Amino acid sequence: MIWRLTLENLTLARGERQLFEALSFSLGSGEAAALTGANGAGKTSLLRAIAGLLRPEAGRIRFQDAVGAETESDIARAQGLHLLGHQDGLKSTRTAGEELNFWIRWLGGDARSLAQAVDTLQLDPLLALEVRKLSAGQRRRLALARLIAAPRPLWLLDEPMAPLDTGRRALFGALMRAHLDHGGMILAAVHDPLPIPVRELKVGII
Amino acid sequence: MNAPAGSSTGSGFAALAALLRREFALAWGRGGGPLLACAFYVGLATLLPLAEGPTPQKLAAIAPGAAFAALALSSLLSLERLFERDYDDGALDLLTLGPLPLEAVTAVKCLAQWLANGVPLALAAPIVSIALGAEPRLWLISLVAALGGGLGFTFVGGIGAALVLGARRGGLLIAVVVLPLFAPPVIFGAGAVEALGAGLEWKPALAFLLAYSLGAAGLAPVAMAAACRNALS
Repeated sequence: MIWRLTLENLTLARGERQLFEALSFSLGSGEAAALTGANGAGKTSLLRAIAGLLRPEAGRIRFQDAVGAETESDIARAQGLHLLGHQDGLKSTRTAGEELNFWIRWLGGDARSLAQAVDTLQLDPLLALEVRKLSAGQRRRLALARLIAAPRPLWLLDEPMAPLDTGRRALFGALMRAHLDHGGMILAAVHDPLPIPVRELKVGII
Repeated sequence: MNAPAGSSTGSGFAALAALLRREFALAWGRGGGPLLACAFYVGLATLLPLAEGPTPQKLAAIAPGAAFAALALSSLLSLERLFERDYDDGALDLLTLGPLPLEAVTAVKCLAQWLANGVPLALAAPIVSIALGAEPRLWLISLVAALGGGLGFTFVGGIGAALVLGARRGGLLIAVVVLPLFAPPVIFGAGAVEALGAGLEWKPALAFLLAYSLGAAGLAPVAMAAACRNALS
């Protein structure tokens, strides 16, 4: 499993436009970082690059295990990280229960962890509803259930708090703290401060 | 983090089963599902006699070929949404983070598409063929050729569906990209049915058809996965 994420001289571009150049950063077990920068600075692109969806122009993304040995990035991505973006991958015509059940199993959870996540995020009343009938905040809670039900060390979050109400923000703050206490890592693109102690990683060409 | 070691094969199978179930459910509901595809197939087959004139002999002569060409077109119908919806709503991102490689994911998607659309169309194929005037004794080979051909149509069509991800008017583009690739299965599939009808050797044509389809099922996932990765980046 991965215990450390390291970015070495990373350069990302979208089309002809270079987003940032020679970014180096390291995030270890139990640490959280807030990824900040102006709109279009490349926060989402950086998260997608770490998740393996975007190929960097230059530089390396490395994953290391507890003793510092390199973990192959395909394996690290297939077992070690969660990506929570603006698009939640939920099919609007299926019920919340069906979608949740599929994604939990796909990402490595089981019936027990699913029940636990439903309980924690108070999803029970939503499960029978079609996804298109859910509000933005309810959809986000459904997506958050993946993080809880399929334990993976590295959470890549893109504006995770935005659609949540005050109570749920506090709840998610507690979940993030628990994740860090268990040795997890969080890299979250945010505009508002996170309710957990974080380092800051600012992207964009100034 | 606290996943027990050695659980990966077990969760791999569980994930595979979950994916197949989901894809089948989506394919069954996609674009009206198999009922719409079958209705299109029957509708197309109904137009043929109207175009060809009311001479039964003439129609019977072209029935197997016409039925197979109509099958190829009907197979195109719901391909547009095979990857597009998952691409649009971010599900394709998450499918890359699971226990199976994207090649396996695309293969499962096509398999589910074939089960939900190709098989119902193949069941309609003997009926359409006979309704057009083919001899009733040809029903079995019509069914087998349609099943085998449908597998090839789905996997080859999947390449088109993955290639046009992110393009406008993707559906039309898929048709233009994959219709030339539909030529071999149409030739061999219709050829096998016609050969048996004419009392000729039909096995080679059927063997070629199945070889094409199985070859497509083996190779197309590599191309589909590459096209998907390209679209995502």
